[in-house]
Amino acid sequence: MTFPEDLQYTPDHEWTRVQGNRVTVGITDFAQDQLGDVVYVELPDVGDVVKKGEAFGVVESTKAVSDLFAPVSGKVVEVNSPLADAPETVNEDPYEEGWMIVVEATAPKELAELMDAATYRKFVEEEQE
Amino acid sequence: MRYHPHTPGDVRQMLDVCGVKSIDELFRSIPEKLRLARPLDVPQATDEISLLSEFQRLAARNQTEHPPFVGAGAYAHHVPPAVDQLLLRGEFFTAYTPYQPEIAQGTLQALFEWQTFVTLLTGLEISNASMYDGATATAEAVLLATRATSRGKVVVSAALHPEYRKVLATYLASTGDEIVTVPYGPDGRTDLAALEAAVDDRTAAVVIGYPNFFGVVDALPEAAAIAHRAGALAISSTSEAVALGLLKAPGDLGVDVAVGTMQSFGNGVNFGGPAPGFLAIREGLVRQMPGRVAGATVDRTGRRGFVLTLSTREQHIRRDKATSNICTNAGLAALAATIHLSLLGKNGLAHLARLNFARGKQLRDAMKRAGFGLRFTGPTFNEAAFEVGDAEAVVERLASRGIAAGVPLSRWYPGDPRMKGALLSVATEVHTPELIELFAQTVKG
Amino acid sequence: MANPTGWKPSMEKGAEGGEAQEVGAMGATRGLAMEEALVFEQGSPGRVGVSLPPVPAGTNPAAEIPAAMLRPEIPGMPEMAELEVVRHFTRLSQWNWGIDTGFYPLGSCTMKYNPKSSEALARLPGFAGAHPLLPSSMSQGALELIWKLERALSEIAGFPATVMSPAAGAQGELAGLMMIRAYHVARGAPRRKVLIPDTAHGTNPASAALNGYSTVQLESGPDGRLHPETVAKAMDEDVAAIMITNPNTLGIFETHIAEIAAIVHARGGLVYGDGANFNAVLGVARPGDMGFDVMQYNLHKTFATPHGGGGPGSGPVGVAAALVPFMPLPVVVKDGESFRLVTDPRERPSTIGKLREFWGNMGMFVRAWALIRELGPDGLRRVAELAVLNANYVRARLKGHFNLPYATDTLHEVVFDDQLQKDDGVTTMDVAKRLIDHGTHPPTVYFPLVVHGAIMIEPTETESKETLDQFVGAMLAIAEQAKANPEALKSAPRKPIRARLDETRAARKPVLRWTPGMKVE
Repeated sequence: MTFPEDLQYTPDHEWTRVQGNRVTVGITDFAQDQLGDVVYVELPDVGDVVKKGEAFGVVESTKAVSDLFAPVSGKVVEVNSPLADAPETVNEDPYEEGWMIVVEATAPKELAELMDAATYRKFVEEEQE
Repeated sequence: MRYHPHTPGDVRQMLDVCGVKSIDELFRSIPEKLRLARPLDVPQATDEISLLSEFQRLAARNQTEHPPFVGAGAYAHHVPPAVDQLLLRGEFFTAYTPYQPEIAQGTLQALFEWQTFVTLLTGLEISNASMYDGATATAEAVLLATRATSRGKVVVSAALHPEYRKVLATYLASTGDEIVTVPYGPDGRTDLAALEAAVDDRTAAVVIGYPNFFGVVDALPEAAAIAHRAGALAISSTSEAVALGLLKAPGDLGVDVAVGTMQSFGNGVNFGGPAPGFLAIREGLVRQMPGRVAGATVDRTGRRGFVLTLSTREQHIRRDKATSNICTNAGLAALAATIHLSLLGKNGLAHLARLNFARGKQLRDAMKRAGFGLRFTGPTFNEAAFEVGDAEAVVERLASRGIAAGVPLSRWYPGDPRMKGALLSVATEVHTPELIELFAQTVKG
Repeated sequence: MANPTGWKPSMEKGAEGGEAQEVGAMGATRGLAMEEALVFEQGSPGRVGVSLPPVPAGTNPAAEIPAAMLRPEIPGMPEMAELEVVRHFTRLSQWNWGIDTGFYPLGSCTMKYNPKSSEALARLPGFAGAHPLLPSSMSQGALELIWKLERALSEIAGFPATVMSPAAGAQGELAGLMMIRAYHVARGAPRRKVLIPDTAHGTNPASAALNGYSTVQLESGPDGRLHPETVAKAMDEDVAAIMITNPNTLGIFETHIAEIAAIVHARGGLVYGDGANFNAVLGVARPGDMGFDVMQYNLHKTFATPHGGGGPGSGPVGVAAALVPFMPLPVVVKDGESFRLVTDPRERPSTIGKLREFWGNMGMFVRAWALIRELGPDGLRRVAELAVLNANYVRARLKGHFNLPYATDTLHEVVFDDQLQKDDGVTTMDVAKRLIDHGTHPPTVYFPLVVHGAIMIEPTETESKETLDQFVGAMLAIAEQAKANPEALKSAPRKPIRARLDETRAARKPVLRWTPGMKVE
């Protein structure tokens, strides 16, 4: 189970990569492991507005469905559309090729509320007990 | 009691293992005040021999010696005995939903074959594993269209089966969606000018019967074009599936969702149920599709097998975000249709469809000779509406002779004075030419 | 003396050696099952499997129907002789497990024996050949049966009336919620929420959502029961109803049901019952007496109509007096000595309308009525008694070998989990697959969701002690093997013709119909 140091995390098991006010979002290695083989990812359209804590999409395995929650509020500026034909990318490479959306954050202070890698790792370990 | 194997010795041993003295103790979690303090007030138990005569007496009170000349959504066809004998195999009959695919490959492959038959008959790419019936399939198709287009209005033809329209209204009662009904013309087909006027950019779908309730081959391609120009989906609804053996496939006429019932194949009329509804869609709509679906895959040794798939659309996973709350499909009824369609095959189906058309023509000719013309001018398949003067009286008079003559259309279209004398009747391959002739003469009186 | 056939006795012996085949705890051995292609991959041009009268000479559809609306024969349809079709479906059936084959302990599905006499009765031409639109003078037998069944079901469930038309339990649920909605709308205060415990079937929130309700999930207590305080906290004047399964999906009777119903009723809400588990209380207690205002149950569960590989079902709905006006149509009424269908909304102005074509699944009505007639009042009660005895027997024998997440009393079904097998790396899925090798259908797995790795067992009353002992034997053998040889367990199942089908592939690259040259790799 990997927890890249350069990312921030949410309690819903999403990760964020922050570059200026652009925030790339995906699901963590732990999340894809829990979900099993991903068969479908439902993502918003470019231009859609998302609000922190609200669902922006859905990720499906054969037997489970999980909402994807926005870690920050803002506007969707990029969507990883190849995931539609290759959902397995989320399992194979959750932190790089498996990215899902890029959000232009409108409330940068929300970023401070995210967990760092060490805190998230501990969070996951506690959840497992 | 033959279904309860427990001997007193069994019960004693089992109670011991459970650590209780009586079966009653096992119900201790039910508060006393909620327990029923008396036996159920239902008739006393009877043995199989008495049961048989009791039910035979009840069955005899239904007059079924002569094949019915009534259709209107349920059609008396010949079901080869081979269908029932295969259907009654306990492995098919007493199996459940194929959640453990390894020991349900029979059910799953048969469902895959059903799905394929439905796509072949409808000319569309994807079918699910069957629906409750034609009316609910139609309602679910409309709901699918509202989801897929994010629009809240549906335009239906008044020539669509009235039962189906009532069910649609019930299903849409809590969604706030609007149903607009457009009239039919003197040819019995949907009034296309009225349809054009009613369809707009708020319309999610247009629904047309195919054949429609009057047995008429409706203007499906034109209606589909009107729907598409407004960005709406075209839905066809078929109650007499044998017609799909002669008429062009809805998918080849622009239809996006084809629904209806396959009761005509492998299933008797059964006083209205059960029967297999069907729902077929264009590829792009699959994520919105309700109901179960079987798919092909491989097992760990690489051999082809079948499983239920795309389950995340369904209630047991999506719960309140499901495409529908449907759990059960019409398994056995769909299997009966699948077996019958396999026996018919390409040649048998074409033969059966042409034969039904011929019987419909023989009925029309016989009624014409007896002095009864057609209510509508449009082309029909095996069912048509005849002008018989007092349709209710005809039905009653023939009922006293043990013949189900048809349905007076005024019952369903009370507001249309032109329907007063109209009787909707059908002839299928189970009606011999002699019987058809006798029927027409009997109507004449 | 010459032997012209060439046969010699020594030929019968066969070779020595070969592995002794393991026989599973329930007698699963092996046999000859045939690989069988799809019908579309078989046959030959020109073949047909039916016998029909000839099409009359001169039949010309094109004379009346525009050519653009006609089709020739359909390419891709199979062309098979009758024997080919008979062999095809016979072989397919041999790959299936049914109740007629063996034990089928799916929780909340009530896989009890489907009586053969019910089949014969449902197929009497007077029932099977009765058109739904026969004049009522010609269909008194059918109408009388529906009426009698409705009266009996109303008595058995404890309601003044029962809706007969729903095609399945889920549709019955839909009807129930529609009636609830209509009730509140008629009172001028539509209400927007429905309370649903975490143990509920997925159809419950789906049906609620379809009626425009938002769902509020209630946590069950550590005893697996819903507690009045939890309900009281969530109950307000915006809650239209609570939906409760009783006994619930853990097999546990909701002992607080009367108090919960009172709490909901006091604030103007209604109590909906999911009767999937009705088998546990037949003749012992009646939902109508517990405070339920409406409850759907399943003829294809409690009343033994066939499961048929997934349907058709029939989901009657018992309703309390306050909801009777909203019942969907039709209803069957007795007028003097005869019976008729009420289909005109003018006779029932508050009806929610019509939920499906015609009147209901008559085929299922005949079978259910036949069972009720054969059981009588004592037999019906015996159903619940033996169902509960069987489940508790299995529970007592498996306890300690598999983990029981709730110590609470259970009725007709019991839920275990895989916690005791965790350290060996064996999961509920492995247990289920290995059970197949022993010769039984696995129980329901991974439901209810409140139990991680749930194994939900409902034996039903038609199973003998021997069958239960064999099942327990299989489960114990698996528990042993989990400790001694978990790798062997994880390679299960080994006996069926297909094993561990790739569901991921099926979902990622859906192949939902046959096409020419279809290859699935």
